[in-house]
Amino acid sequence: MGLAEAIILAVVTASTPLLLAAAGELVVERAGVLNLGVEGMMIMGAACGFAGAYLTGSTLIGALCGIAAGMALSAIFALLTLGLAVNQVATGLALTILGIGLSGLIGAGFVGEKIVPAPQLHLPLLSNLPFAGRILFAQDAFVYLSLALIAAMWWFIYRTRWGLVLRAVGDNHASAHALGYPVLTIRTCAVLFGGACAGLGGAYLPLAYTPFFIPGMTAGRGWIALALVVFASWLPGRLVWGAYLFGAVSILQLHAQGAGLGIPSQLMSALPYLATIMVLVVISRARGSARSAAPASLGMVFVPDR
Amino acid sequence: MDMRNPIFMVVATAAAAALAAGTNVPRAIAQGKLKVGFVYLGPVGDFGWTYQHEVGRQLLVKELGSKVETTYLENVNEGPDSERAIEQLARSGHKLIFTTSFGYMDPTMKVAKKYPNVFFEHNTGYKRDKNVATYSARFYEGRHIQGKIAAKMSKVGVLGYIGSFPIPEVISGINSTILGAQSINQDIKVKIIWVNSWFDPGKEADAAKALLDQGADVIMQHTDSPAAMQIAEARKAFAFGQDSDMIKFGPNAQLTAIVNNWGPYYVERVQAVLDNKWTSGDVWGGLKSKMLLMAPYTNMPDEVKKLAMDAEAAIAAGTLHPFNCPVIDQAGKPVECKGGTHLDDGQILGMNFYVAGIDDKIPGK
Amino acid sequence: MRLVLERRAERSTTIAIASPLIAIALTLVTMTLLFALLGKSPVAALWVYFIDPLTDAYSLQEIAVKATPLVMIALGLSLCYLANVWNIGAEGQFLIGAVAGSWLAVRTNGTDAGHWVLPAMLVLGALGGALYALIPAICKVRFGASEILTSLMLVYVADLFLDYLVRGPWRDPKGYNFPTTAEFDPVATVPVLIEGGRLHLGAIIALAVVAAASVLLGRTIKGFEIRVVGAAPRAARFGGFNANQLILLTFAVSGALAGLAGIIEVAGPIGHLQPGISPGYGFTAIIVAFLGRLHPLGILIAGLFLALTFIGGEQAQISMRIPLDLTKVFQGILLFYVLACDSLVLYRIRLMPTHHRAGYGTG
Repeated sequence: MGLAEAIILAVVTASTPLLLAAAGELVVERAGVLNLGVEGMMIMGAACGFAGAYLTGSTLIGALCGIAAGMALSAIFALLTLGLAVNQVATGLALTILGIGLSGLIGAGFVGEKIVPAPQLHLPLLSNLPFAGRILFAQDAFVYLSLALIAAMWWFIYRTRWGLVLRAVGDNHASAHALGYPVLTIRTCAVLFGGACAGLGGAYLPLAYTPFFIPGMTAGRGWIALALVVFASWLPGRLVWGAYLFGAVSILQLHAQGAGLGIPSQLMSALPYLATIMVLVVISRARGSARSAAPASLGMVFVPDR
Repeated sequence: MDMRNPIFMVVATAAAAALAAGTNVPRAIAQGKLKVGFVYLGPVGDFGWTYQHEVGRQLLVKELGSKVETTYLENVNEGPDSERAIEQLARSGHKLIFTTSFGYMDPTMKVAKKYPNVFFEHNTGYKRDKNVATYSARFYEGRHIQGKIAAKMSKVGVLGYIGSFPIPEVISGINSTILGAQSINQDIKVKIIWVNSWFDPGKEADAAKALLDQGADVIMQHTDSPAAMQIAEARKAFAFGQDSDMIKFGPNAQLTAIVNNWGPYYVERVQAVLDNKWTSGDVWGGLKSKMLLMAPYTNMPDEVKKLAMDAEAAIAAGTLHPFNCPVIDQAGKPVECKGGTHLDDGQILGMNFYVAGIDDKIPGK
Repeated sequence: MRLVLERRAERSTTIAIASPLIAIALTLVTMTLLFALLGKSPVAALWVYFIDPLTDAYSLQEIAVKATPLVMIALGLSLCYLANVWNIGAEGQFLIGAVAGSWLAVRTNGTDAGHWVLPAMLVLGALGGALYALIPAICKVRFGASEILTSLMLVYVADLFLDYLVRGPWRDPKGYNFPTTAEFDPVATVPVLIEGGRLHLGAIIALAVVAAASVLLGRTIKGFEIRVVGAAPRAARFGGFNANQLILLTFAVSGALAGLAGIIEVAGPIGHLQPGISPGYGFTAIIVAFLGRLHPLGILIAGLFLALTFIGGEQAQISMRIPLDLTKVFQGILLFYVLACDSLVLYRIRLMPTHHRAGYGTG
């Protein structure tokens, strides 16, 4: 296996948890809700996912547990921000803190145990193709799922009626309400979906990436996922590029060290964040163009008037 | 709140009653058992650094349990929180406190000044006081053996090294490894990646992958999680465990591991306190005093096993020193030999140069 | 039947007073359940968490030491949040302030500098934090970029920058290559107030800031402007209040306070610059700000209360083997309840008969 091929493989696996979590958050933000609790939901997904897989021996059950954990936390978020019109920023942060603490409690009993990692799916024949074969056809199930998810999301948002409604709700909740659409219900569904994705993204870490659980193993990936959504200008296609770019920077930084290049590692580690700020500035300047603006109602509280 | 307020009285009485019902608040007067405290950096289940300290503590309980009561605090942040944690232990009757990470050095010294009657043992540090001792293990001895094994087992002559931070302990480990490897294969090469953390499984896994992708076939690490071992196992490469025996994570990959063995030291120091013979000092134990052990040599042919065991015995006996003079640095010049035939402890403790044969530069220099 | 939120005609003062108490009561109930689930005696645990630390001078001092940075940062954040701008990057401003002030300490280390060093460090710290906070503020004002995400990204950058400095250029040459600066000289150290304890001048400064914030918000035009811009932006425009200027101002002040807290923490309890000088103060301060209802006195109380839970949590670890994670769970739950109860100040919950949503105007 050549070096380039190996690097791409590593990048794909490193980017997958980011992609999964960011995909969910993209839908949430498209609906006009800002859920800063992604890190909390991811780490809960990791803890519960590992617990599920360890206790039952099945990666699938582990993944389902991770999804359930993420959804449960996001349900609390929905109850507070959509049901009780509470400030979204504060609630999201509380969710992060709660998630980190709870995951530590739940996962404490499982530290030091290991499970069988999710197997790589080798599509017969195709995966033996040189170069692209291993990259395209021999990944684990989560990778394919993440890409399928993005495709499905894109189709849903841009090609279905309910996707249009979602965008409408995100851009102008008052008008959407006036048109008779159930704004809060749509947002609740979006939030739960976001929770499921974040939980799955978090579960990927102990189920496939490093098959054991350590408290805090998400190491800030949830915050990066939030940045990714903005980096991608809330567009699903760009999200894939963004996620792989972030993953690439972190992997290449390690390779650069191994190859003896003398760039300070802190600078390389800072690049994704600096890049995000640049992108934020650039796309915000292009306001007015409907494609690149944030959903106009993002983060605003909505209470249906009677 | 008005103390005479009836609600306050009820609550206070109830709480006092609950307390009296035998919960574990330690400000009760010591019933004669010596209280020993441990401050851990990470969770006890990290299967690495903290885990081995915990194993040591459990040995202490097993051997001296009738005379000793232990307490541990895990996940203690280095910084002002650690000073408070150490002080809490000192205030609550603990007479001997082990602080198990370099970053606790200054907090330990500060608290020690306030509690001259409490004894402190700081791990991997260099500041001492009348009531503060230091202790550490000569990890570089184990590294030297690993270097020899690696040179024998590597088919391509390229080692991969996952470093945490470029501090002397890690640098001396790298140098010792290479010197050991060079004794078998003069042209051994090493690739080094710094993950800037003692413990980050995701990054360690990525680093291991990168090293293997760049052509290394034996992985060594100075980080604390088993992630790299798992990658080596999955990729059918070889690796060395760190802090604890990681064979569970790499049944076919682990050649050996450096196992921190703090237990006997803890028992010895506690016994000294019990006998009123505790004094400050610096203990830097190695293979000879069994402060560190080598995990069973596995996954290697018998002749390599013999080579490793001979080296281990030689180091323990003092006939082989990993830093035997002359030690040549990257510029090609021999380093001053302050220990007679080998570098002295001070030079190893403060090591901040690479030996010849390493192509990289130390970051930050 | 379904539950519907209905906006009240005016804020309900009874609920406004009762809500923090209800929230605390609910939290205690939830914690009791959690303690029981963990197999610990709830009464004993609650006692160790909340009452014990209040019973001796040492713990009281430690509560003040822990609360000092929290209160200072939260006060700054409250200004931003009142103006409806979301500074999430206080953690980064804390770090940069610490770096800025430490620069002077490192420069004058070992030289026989005079007593001007510490005040200068504090000023530099505040300045550094303010400038760092202006970056997301300018991005918002000039380019319309979301201040939540820019300020958050800058936290990571600040953390890495600090890491680079203490591992490289500012590393103590006599420190065996460990990532820390040399110990600060006495003139560069924040003085302790009580011999033998850790209570330091920073606490007095924090109290002064509380007083200043109260005056600013309650009695000055600027304070009024800040509150109106946040609560009623259209009215503010009519009133001629310059929203952009206020965004820059609140961010700058918030950054200055966070930076000041940073240098005080480094020059006080820590004594040198190292990685990991903040266990998340910038984020915990956000909780403090909300718990304190964005009111200076409320923030003071909330900061002390949260510090109490930290100290109590550590004590609980020692005496009852309760994992430290529980403190985080407690803080998250408390914030949830406070936010939920607070929403009842503005809204009431009504049971409504379900009706068909055929369009606007029906039902």
